[in-house]
Amino acid sequence: MANNGAVGYDLVVVGTSWGGLAALRTLVAGLPGDFQMAVALVQHRHKESDHLLRTLLQERTALEVCEVEDKMPLQHGRIYVAPPDYHTLVEPGHFSLSTEAPVRFSRPSIDVTFQSAADSYGHRTVGIVLTGANADGSAGLRRISDRGGMAIVQDPSTAESALMPAAAVKAVPRARVMELSDMVKFVAQLPAGDPERDER
Amino acid sequence: MALPVTDGEPLAGPPHAYNADLEHLEIELLLEGVYRHYGFDFRSYAFASIRRRLWKRVEGEGLRTISDLQARILHDPDAMERLLLDLSVNVTAMFRDPTFYKEFRARVIPLLRTYPFIRIWHAGCSTGEEVFSMAILLEEEGLYDRARLYATDINDVVLQRAKQGIFPLDRMQEYTDNYIKAGGTRSFSEYYTAKYDGALFSPSLTRNIVFSQHNLVTDRSFSEFHVIFCRNVLIYFDKTLQNRVHTLFYDSLVTFGVLALGSKESLKFSQYEPCYEKLSPTEKLYRKVV
Repeated sequence: MANNGAVGYDLVVVGTSWGGLAALRTLVAGLPGDFQMAVALVQHRHKESDHLLRTLLQERTALEVCEVEDKMPLQHGRIYVAPPDYHTLVEPGHFSLSTEAPVRFSRPSIDVTFQSAADSYGHRTVGIVLTGANADGSAGLRRISDRGGMAIVQDPSTAESALMPAAAVKAVPRARVMELSDMVKFVAQLPAGDPERDER
Repeated sequence: MALPVTDGEPLAGPPHAYNADLEHLEIELLLEGVYRHYGFDFRSYAFASIRRRLWKRVEGEGLRTISDLQARILHDPDAMERLLLDLSVNVTAMFRDPTFYKEFRARVIPLLRTYPFIRIWHAGCSTGEEVFSMAILLEEEGLYDRARLYATDINDVVLQRAKQGIFPLDRMQEYTDNYIKAGGTRSFSEYYTAKYDGALFSPSLTRNIVFSQHNLVTDRSFSEFHVIFCRNVLIYFDKTLQNRVHTLFYDSLVTFGVLALGSKESLKFSQYEPCYEKLSPTEKLYRKVV
């Protein structure tokens, strides 16, 4: 995948932990019904948590929300939730899961998803770090930014827990820092590509 | 070229000035070299995970590039051994996904009671946590004496560990919780003795387990089975290889035999979906019907 012919963004990856549910609900509620990118959400949660997160998000959006299963294709206009107790990796055109050891005590690890998204979608990736109580996501957001993707961080002073966004801003000084409602509007108007074109 | 700095843990990733095509080429060459020199075929593994593990090994060896790692493993079999562990060890637990075992008791055990003798294959058993879980479950259901469990893995090191039946003592609390949620009918501590920092499981549990090396990528079927467990193994394969292994499983199951996959794996994205019916609305238990 050469870094040429920027035709828009294919994939939005979002990472959060503490306080994430409310933020995620706001985020998905603000996406338009004809949103053209694939959206992958990684929230730290207990390994035995059920489908509640998916249900609570689906209540707030007309876009289809599904929990990732291995080799599930990435399609535009869909919202994917990383399942508990697995890492979710992004491949060109689909997801792969892994039970490798937790990274910084987390499985799913936001860094693992972000890094693989950056490696597979490069400059066509948007990475977003929201509220959270640890530093997961920083290294991954850095990778997205290094590959020419868009890095966005929730303004730490407006986040329920400032630690994760503050760490992300420190790791990626050029990240755009925004309050949640501005962020939703900003993402909604970004030009979209096609996440399925790379399937191989 | 230095790795991007992170606080604490290494980044497990490629250097800064990044060329995706070059990285692809280096990984392909390394995997080709491993296959031609050592015979282990990782060429059809899911790419993102392979890339992650290779970069972790690059860092672990104190090297800079995937090509550096290629040179080292081709010339140093010990380095290859370390890489093999990185590539094949997957982190599991006894009674992982307790609801799965509960469903297995409810939906599969009644089917197994109809057979005079039961052959079960644990494909990609890693360090054996799941095999021991199944031995315990069958023991409690009174079926273990007519069962044989074939536990296979590509990696002989993990098989030797599985054979010992020793698991970390500090995980017994978690396993006990899992066991109870899975519908266990006894006290979990009956099954092991604490020894130093390990829990040694009762040798009688291994009386009907056969451990042997088997490579899902290159080896063929070796029997007909009533149940095949392959949970969270296929996730490391790409779609082409997944389909090949599904052919192997299909050919190795008796008619009405049961295929058990991991809870986030699905036949939906494979060509074998029409050959099976779902046995459970919630767990990935499938019965071969045609």
